[in-house]
Amino acid sequence: MSRQAILLGLLLAAFALAPLVAGPYLLSVLVVVMYFAYVGQAWNIMMGFAGQLSLGHTLYVGLGAYTAAALFVHLGVPAVFGLFASVAVAALAGGVVGSLGFRFGVKGVYFALLTIAFAEFTRILFEHIPGLGGPGGLFLPVGDRSGIDLVHLRGHPLMFYYLILAMTAGIFLLCRRLVRSRLGYTWLAVREDQEAAAALGINVFRAKLAAVMLSAGLTALGGVFFAFYYNNLFPNQAFGMNRSIEIILAPIVGGLGTLFGPILGALILTPLGEGITMATEAMGFKAAGIKQLCYGLALLAIVKFLPDGVWPWARARLGLEPGDGDGEDDR
Amino acid sequence: MTIDLANQIVTGLLTGLVYSLMALGLSVIFGVVRVVNFAHGEMTALAMYAAWALFTWAELDPLLGLPLIALLLFVLGYVMQRGLIDAFVAKPEHMQFILLVAVAIIMVNGSLLVFGPDAHGIQVPYGFDTYEVGPLLVDKVRLLAATAALCISGLLMLFFRRTMTGKAIRACADNLVGARVIGLNVKRLYAVTFGIGAACVGAAGALLSMLIDVMPSSGPELTMLAFIIVIVGGLGSMGGALLGGILIGVSEVLAGYFLMPSMKGMFSFAILILILILRPQGLMGARK
Repeated sequence: MSRQAILLGLLLAAFALAPLVAGPYLLSVLVVVMYFAYVGQAWNIMMGFAGQLSLGHTLYVGLGAYTAAALFVHLGVPAVFGLFASVAVAALAGGVVGSLGFRFGVKGVYFALLTIAFAEFTRILFEHIPGLGGPGGLFLPVGDRSGIDLVHLRGHPLMFYYLILAMTAGIFLLCRRLVRSRLGYTWLAVREDQEAAAALGINVFRAKLAAVMLSAGLTALGGVFFAFYYNNLFPNQAFGMNRSIEIILAPIVGGLGTLFGPILGALILTPLGEGITMATEAMGFKAAGIKQLCYGLALLAIVKFLPDGVWPWARARLGLEPGDGDGEDDR
Repeated sequence: MTIDLANQIVTGLLTGLVYSLMALGLSVIFGVVRVVNFAHGEMTALAMYAAWALFTWAELDPLLGLPLIALLLFVLGYVMQRGLIDAFVAKPEHMQFILLVAVAIIMVNGSLLVFGPDAHGIQVPYGFDTYEVGPLLVDKVRLLAATAALCISGLLMLFFRRTMTGKAIRACADNLVGARVIGLNVKRLYAVTFGIGAACVGAAGALLSMLIDVMPSSGPELTMLAFIIVIVGGLGSMGGALLGGILIGVSEVLAGYFLMPSMKGMFSFAILILILILRPQGLMGARK
C-alpha cells in the first residue's frame, strides 16, 4: 500500500469514528467540512481537471436544492427520486452555460463572468417565483429527527453525517478513477493546450461540455443534501455570489487539480472560520464583521504565501511523492 | 405618462454617467494590468463612506471632498498594486480572483466594523432642487454629479492621450515587451495605473454618495454593476465604459418602470449574458 492510501484510510477512519467522541456541535462543523470538500471536489472536475473556471457554481447547488425540495414540498416526491430530477436540471443548466460559452468562444475571464451572470440571473429569477417561496424562502417540513429514513432523507443528524461522509468518499474515488480514464487524459490535454488537443483529434467542445455537465450534476447532489439537511432555502443563499466563492475556496486553498486539495482546504477553512468566531468571542469582541475580517486576512496570507495550495506544500513536508492517490501523476 | 417616462430616462442617463466613471476605473485597470479587480465595488463603497464621513464630521460637500477622496483612493490603489497584486500579475486568473476576493472580504467587513450595518446617506442642502428643462424636471444633484463624472472622464482621456505618463501606460497595454525594451518602468506604471483606476473609483464614490445610500453590502453589488457596464461597453475601452454606463443606467430605470424595481438586476444580467455570447469584446471593444 502506498503512503497516500494509508493517509486516506486514516482520514476516513477518523471521520467515521468521530461521532464516538465528538459532540453535536463538532459533528455539525464536520458536516460543513465534508459538504465543502464534496462540492469543492465537484467544482474541481471542471476547473482543476478541465481548466474551465466557473465562478457561478452555486447555480448548480441552488438548482439541485430547489428541484428536489420543491418536488418534495409540492408533490411529496421522496428525495431519493427527486435527486434524479435535480441532477438532470443542473446538468442541463450546465450544458446550456457550457455550450453557449464554448460554442461562441467565450474564454478565460469572460467565461468566468458568464457563469456569474447566469447564477445571479437565476438568483433574481427565483426571488420572483412565488411557488418557490420567493425571497421569503422555501421551507421543508421537519419530520422525525430520531429515525433513519434515507428514502425521504428525514432523520437523525448522524444519518446526514454518514451520508455526506459517503458522498465525499464516493466523489473522491470517482475523481481518482476519472483522472486516469480516457476522459481524464482528454481533459488534461484540453486544459494544458487546447489547440494541440484539437490537432490530436480530440473533440474539445465535447470534452469541455462533459466536464461542465458532470461537475454540475455532481454539485446538484450537494445541493440536495444542503436542502434536506438545513430544511430551508433562500435564493439569496442558494444562488448568491458569496456561496460561489465559498465553494471554490477549499479546492484552491487546498491545491487546485489535486484530489486531496478540496478535503484539506475544507479541513483548514471551516475550522478556521469557527476558530476565529470562538477566539473573538473569548476575547470579548462581539462586533459584527470581525470574524469575516480575520477570515479575509487569513485567506490573503494563504494565497500570498502558498499560492499553489496547501496540499502540494504539505505533501513535500510529509515526504510523499506526487503520484498514487492524489491525481498528481504528471502534473 | 410619457413625461414621467422621459423624466425616468433622464434620471437613468445621469446616474449611468456616474456609474460609467466607476466602471472606467475597472476598465483602465484591466486594460493595462490585465487583472480583473474583483474588489472594485468594495473600493467604491469605501469612497462613499469617506464622502459620508467628510460630510457628516467636517461638513464638507462631497463635490468639494472629491479631490481629497480621489487622492486617498489613488494612494490605496498604488499601495495595493505595489504590495499585493503585482506578484499575481502573471499568475492564473483564479489566483487573482481569490486574492481580490480576500481584499474585498476585508474591505466589506472592515466597513461593517467601523460604520455598522445601517445605510448611510448624504443630504446636501440643495438636495431637493430641480431644474425645469421644457417639460422635464432634472434633479440638481444628479445633474451636478453627472457633469462632474463626464468632466473627470474627459480629463482622464486627455491624460492618456497627451501626457508622457499616459502614453507610457498605453504603451504597456499595447506592447508589454516593447515597453520593457525601451526602458519603461512597468512595475511603477502598473501601480500608477491601478492608482488612477482607484482614483476614478474615489471620484465616482464621492458623486454616488449624493445619489444612493451606502452600506457594507453595497460593495459586492457595485462590483457586479461595474462588471456589467464594462463588459457591455467593452473591457479595456474607455468610450465603451461611458456607453455601457448610460445603457445600464437607462435600462435599470426602464426595467423598474415597466416590470418590478426588484427585477432590474435580472434585466442587467440578461444584457450581460447576451453581450458575452454575441459580442464578447463588448459594444466598443476591439476583437483580440
